[in-house]
Amino acid sequence: MSLAADRASEARSLRLTALTKEFTTFTAVRSLDLEVPAGSFFALLGPSGCGKTTTLRMVAGLEVPTSGTIHLGDDEITYEKPYRRPVNTVFQNYALFPHLDIHENVAFGLRRRKVKDVDQQVKEMLALVELESQASKKPPQMSGGQQQRVALARALINRPEVLLLDEPLGALDLKLRRSMQIELKRIQTEVGLTFVHVTHDQEEAMTMADTIAVMNGGVIEQMGSPAELYENPRTTFVANFLGQSNLIAGSVAAVDADVVRVDMHGTQVSIPIDRSHTRSGDGWVGIRPEKVLIAPAGEPIDAPGNHMTGGIITDVSFVGVSTQYLVMMPWGQELMSFEQNTGRRAVLDKGTKVDVSWRPEFAFLLPSSQDVNAGVHEEV
Amino acid sequence: MTGLQRAGRWIGDHLVMAAGLLVLVYMFVPIAVVMLMSFNDNSKSRNVYAFRDFTWSNWAHPCRPDGMCDAVVRSIEIGLLATLVATLLGTLAAFALVRHDFVGRSVANTVIFLPMASPEIVMGSSLLALFVAGGFGGQLGFVTIFIAHVMFCLSFVIVTVKARLSGLDGNLEQAAMDLYASEWTTFWRVTFPLVFPGIAAAALLSFSLSFDDFIITNLNAGQTVTFPMFVWGVAQRGIPMQVNVVGTVMFLISLFLVLTNMLVTRKKAAV
Amino acid sequence: MRRGRFTGYWLMAPAALWLALFFVIPFYSLLATSLFDPEGSVLTGYDVDYRFANFVDALDQFWEPLFRSLWYAAVATAICLVLGYVLAYAIAFKGGRWRNFLLVLVIAPFFTSFLVRTLSWKLILADDGFVVDTLQFLHLLGEDGRLLATPVAVIAGLVYNFLPFMVLPLYASLEKIDTRLVEAASDLYASPTRGFLKVTLPLSKPGVVAGTLLTFIPAAGDYINASLLGSPNQRMVGNVIQNLFTSTGDYATAGALSVILMAIIVAMVMVYIRTAGTEELV
Repeated sequence: MSLAADRASEARSLRLTALTKEFTTFTAVRSLDLEVPAGSFFALLGPSGCGKTTTLRMVAGLEVPTSGTIHLGDDEITYEKPYRRPVNTVFQNYALFPHLDIHENVAFGLRRRKVKDVDQQVKEMLALVELESQASKKPPQMSGGQQQRVALARALINRPEVLLLDEPLGALDLKLRRSMQIELKRIQTEVGLTFVHVTHDQEEAMTMADTIAVMNGGVIEQMGSPAELYENPRTTFVANFLGQSNLIAGSVAAVDADVVRVDMHGTQVSIPIDRSHTRSGDGWVGIRPEKVLIAPAGEPIDAPGNHMTGGIITDVSFVGVSTQYLVMMPWGQELMSFEQNTGRRAVLDKGTKVDVSWRPEFAFLLPSSQDVNAGVHEEV
Repeated sequence: MTGLQRAGRWIGDHLVMAAGLLVLVYMFVPIAVVMLMSFNDNSKSRNVYAFRDFTWSNWAHPCRPDGMCDAVVRSIEIGLLATLVATLLGTLAAFALVRHDFVGRSVANTVIFLPMASPEIVMGSSLLALFVAGGFGGQLGFVTIFIAHVMFCLSFVIVTVKARLSGLDGNLEQAAMDLYASEWTTFWRVTFPLVFPGIAAAALLSFSLSFDDFIITNLNAGQTVTFPMFVWGVAQRGIPMQVNVVGTVMFLISLFLVLTNMLVTRKKAAV
Repeated sequence: MRRGRFTGYWLMAPAALWLALFFVIPFYSLLATSLFDPEGSVLTGYDVDYRFANFVDALDQFWEPLFRSLWYAAVATAICLVLGYVLAYAIAFKGGRWRNFLLVLVIAPFFTSFLVRTLSWKLILADDGFVVDTLQFLHLLGEDGRLLATPVAVIAGLVYNFLPFMVLPLYASLEKIDTRLVEAASDLYASPTRGFLKVTLPLSKPGVVAGTLLTFIPAAGDYINASLLGSPNQRMVGNVIQNLFTSTGDYATAGALSVILMAIIVAMVMVYIRTAGTEELV
């Protein structure tokens, strides 16, 4: 495909400035600032109602912003009609035209722009999504996965500067979703276009995107690479929504040059300064469950670090690749600990007394003003 | 399960269908009679309500009864004209009601149901009262029939097209606009083709309502004679068998159209 | 898509104007007509002199056909409900892939002239016809008994003519019922009869309400069946109004009678909808 080459020369970034959308009863998007670099795979991640789809629709031109601007490179497209912007969308339920066959569905955009050589391009595009043999079928005759690929082809063939994907895999079953995620990533690398992908599925966002913006309540909570967001969340919402976190109440005891020391139910733990998002008063000490190591009481734990005793296993879930423990701590909180089933040690039984430890560099500290339960149950 | 139980269950499962089919048969008996009578030779008898001899002559000479074919032609003319106007106005109104917000929309939504819920005799006499009050009492005829027919067809068109239109996925139009189709192109390439089956069904319904109407027409026709009025007129004296020919032809044409429409729709939606 | 603030008005205007001019305003004309001085005529013109006595006169003279219309329409509607329910139920739940075809068959009779079909009932119910002979043979009908020119014939005609109006709304609401609900009922120890009475029937209520209204209203105003299949003894209010307008030229009484008929129907419909507890029509 020559798509990548064509596009590279004119790649422009997408920039949203103070973008706001108010509906009669609520504000969907509040003064959003965002820059999507050309050629990146960008994900807008958040629970339903967080404003991510509204943002996407404003970029597509299907919704008019209340205020703020949208720029593509140096051109402002805030109020441009949807059919006059070099932006295409893969709709949530695909929105394939039921009265046109697959070939004509894919050709739709080219025909509107009076492009020559439509048939040849359509054939190439259908080859890219591996549907050459289905060209004469009508959309209702195809499976969900096939329809999804047609929707992708129909948008991609126009070589948009920005391709918008609105929960494109939401209607597919889990297995198909996983393989389509890899497929989408492959296609994006191949064509080199800017993809903006809206999803509520954190795993999907992390699998595909270079950069993720986590949205909540119409604003962006945090933006960064998947690893950055996961390892160093800045808010309890991100900590809970992206994967799972143990959040333990504590209060700042001392601030050193490179660590913050926190008193946590009688144990002093240290947290690197760049992972401490508060410097004084109370806070939440956060640690991911797979970073929490456990061992039967008194036995050595092979990762030296913050060390706590007096835990009792209250629940054991064996899930194949790992075992997930719930450990009741002396201060009455259950901590999650995920352990790889490497076979080094037998699975511990419920009721076993254990010690708990984690390496200081994995912990993070969040201000106590944030809601400890934000983002916990909002995943779907 | 014993044989008896099994038989009981089989009967239970099929009893409803059998009863339903009996009801359908009841609905078709008169049509079968109409078809049969179109081959009746009643030239030797004055009794037009019994089958005497078989003949092709009613089919060979359908226009023999005085004025019948004129009435059929007039009914077709009125039907086509009323269908055209009612379908056009009704489709526009359906778009307004589904796609646009305007003051009085809910009132309009209610008012369009009323003609379907009013007895024809009341609508017919109201209209006659209006024409007489307006000084057109002496000019009843083609135009007043046409006005009346458009009036009662409108509601059916609006309701039919509205149903189709509100079932339309709005995302499709947005997808078209996203794919470089202007509002105008979107309408003609996406909206219209998808709503068309509804419009076609509405037109078919309009024509048959118009062609078949007697009560309202009779009150507002003056000296003009439509096919149902012709039948009414001759019913007292004994109807010519050719009336059955017209009935049969109408039935066959409509059945053909409806079945074609059904098969085309099914083929398009085939899974 | 909701662009252009006035587009809605422009699109709605032609149809709204037509319905206002030729459906809404005529009701006012009818009301005015019903208050005419009955001394006038089409030739000399009428005066509206708020002659409310017209209503009393109309009721006094024609209470019998009026009452008969409502009675025949009610009986016909009840029979339609039973027959229509059976047919709609069979199509919705037992029709399988024949559903659409069966539905076409239900509407098909619409496409043969109403009058022609009604006249063919005259033949079916004729004095020396098959139906009468059979009934006489079975002693359900006396030696010289007949069907034509009896209430039976008129009601049979009404049932026949308005049955599709019953079947279609019933089918529409039956078709929406999730069959798993009925299965759940039988799983929860409901016999088929109880399952039907407790689940299917209540869920099909909107269809029952719409169907009975769509059958009752036109049946109450119909006079074709009474004219063709009945005798003057089965005269319905439609016959009277039609005659007064077209033959007698007594517009005032005819108008009053029309207004009374409409008022009774509106009142009955409102009471009915309130008792049936549903706002959705069709």
